[in-house]
Amino acid sequence: MSNKRKIGRGVAIVGAGMSKFGMFPDKDSKDLFAEAFSEMIASVDKGFDPADIQAAWIGNFSNDFFVHQAHWGPIIADLVGITPKAVTRTEGACASSTLAMRDGLMAIASGMYDIVLAGGVEEMSKCTTEEVTEGLALATSPYEGDAGYTFPGVFGALATAYFHKYGAGREHLMNITIKSHENAPLNPKGQFQQTIRDLMEARKAKAAKKGEPVPEWADEKEALFDPRFNPPVAWPMHLYDCCPISDGASCILMVAEEIAKNFTDKPIYIVGFGQGSGRGLHACPSLTSFEANKQAAAEAYGMSGLTPKDIQFAEVHDCFSIAELIHIEDLGFFGEGEGYKAIAEGETRREGRMPINTSGGLKCKGHPVGATGTAQMYEVWKQLRGEAGERQIPGRDLYIGATQNLGGTGGTCTFTIFERR
Amino acid sequence: MEERPISDISYRQFLEEGKFMGSKCDKCGKVYVPPRHFCMECGSSDMRWHEMKGEGELAAFTCVFVAPPYMVELGYNRKNPYCTGVINLPEGTRMVARIEGVDASKPESIKIGTPMKVDFIKQGEGEKARTFLAFRPAS
Repeated sequence: MSNKRKIGRGVAIVGAGMSKFGMFPDKDSKDLFAEAFSEMIASVDKGFDPADIQAAWIGNFSNDFFVHQAHWGPIIADLVGITPKAVTRTEGACASSTLAMRDGLMAIASGMYDIVLAGGVEEMSKCTTEEVTEGLALATSPYEGDAGYTFPGVFGALATAYFHKYGAGREHLMNITIKSHENAPLNPKGQFQQTIRDLMEARKAKAAKKGEPVPEWADEKEALFDPRFNPPVAWPMHLYDCCPISDGASCILMVAEEIAKNFTDKPIYIVGFGQGSGRGLHACPSLTSFEANKQAAAEAYGMSGLTPKDIQFAEVHDCFSIAELIHIEDLGFFGEGEGYKAIAEGETRREGRMPINTSGGLKCKGHPVGATGTAQMYEVWKQLRGEAGERQIPGRDLYIGATQNLGGTGGTCTFTIFERR
Repeated sequence: MEERPISDISYRQFLEEGKFMGSKCDKCGKVYVPPRHFCMECGSSDMRWHEMKGEGELAAFTCVFVAPPYMVELGYNRKNPYCTGVINLPEGTRMVARIEGVDASKPESIKIGTPMKVDFIKQGEGEKARTFLAFRPAS
């Protein structure tokens, strides 16, 4: 059996929307999805009547746990007014809404539907940090839970293995954090809008106001090495290696290729998709790579006929800084053990050779887990259409972008390639 | 001959008894821990219990400062972090386990490649009392 898969008929994205991401005590999942849906409808260049949606898939990881409500499909269908049409919830931990897109992709490619909605939502901030830590840990492997692993703990362990194998250190992961925070002020929808410098100045001002000793840091890394500024969470993962707890929603409108131009003159085509599964730390073949990534990448590259060199920019799942580093190697953008050097040279910055996470990534944009997959696609949609505003990748004619989404601790990985023609 | 069913439940019972048990494929001899129902090498479902040597080498680790509620209950927190790791086993496989006998508040002092030996730590009171698989430095 070969890895070569194909899409039965072409599928395009003709609309995309996302809510602002953040912590919103006064908004629930319906409010958040309504915000994303409204923007998506308004983004369809030639207009769109929501009644024309034929089916929907909604990614949600664990609102069951976070707000004690499950079965989000029909709730969202009712919200957007498509009841009694079919709507299905998809769950793949943090990759839930990419799986929603995948089901929509297969449904259109098969000929069963022509116009579908895919999206996701998560409402996490009404729990305490400890509760969220426990909720997310439900998606680790059971043996990891027994050994006291948290989510950041699993990625912390991968980081120690990577450091040991390739000679990298915390200072290299800091380059990822600093880069993401450079993009953050350019994304008005993101949870955090400050650079690390901004955050350092804010901390100094706070200390001065309180009459406490004002910290003196020579640069960002000195601050990030200071445990008062950047305390350990699961060593070597510190606060600034970890994405925040977030609320948010996102969605995309997907249609069959032959009708795409009825909606917009600038559709974004899905030309490659792959999904893989992975095992826990005790059984995975490598502690410096995700086997699910390799599978997903092989499928998506095979389907599209493209290679890593063809991808001009990507959103990857930086739930933790080390994850971004592993992904860009697994996907073939950089060689194994080479990613941290390329990052240090600025290659993944917005103006670099291979911009990664122009949105600010999960680190700064936020990570409402069920909403993240289609929110990554929202960024690629914006960039490919030249609509990313201040954070538009400069000086490049963009036509191929990609998203990589990870669920759990690598139990699910997806890779999706998008093209503007 | 150990007759318990090959399962995670039996595996945890063994831990409670202070035994680190995996499963061994009767056909090809491959060893797995935790036990597996099917051999990933040859596809056989003829698995037998196999007592692991209880030796290994530290392959990766983390020191957890923000603990989940069930570890907070055992007294772990930012001021009292714990270490958990990945152990390469001489049977040709790996296992995740708590790491004892190291200073989790000084992660830089913990070294990958350190030879380790198995330990069983009992924690919790009453109905919540449990035995956790652990490894500690061999010397």
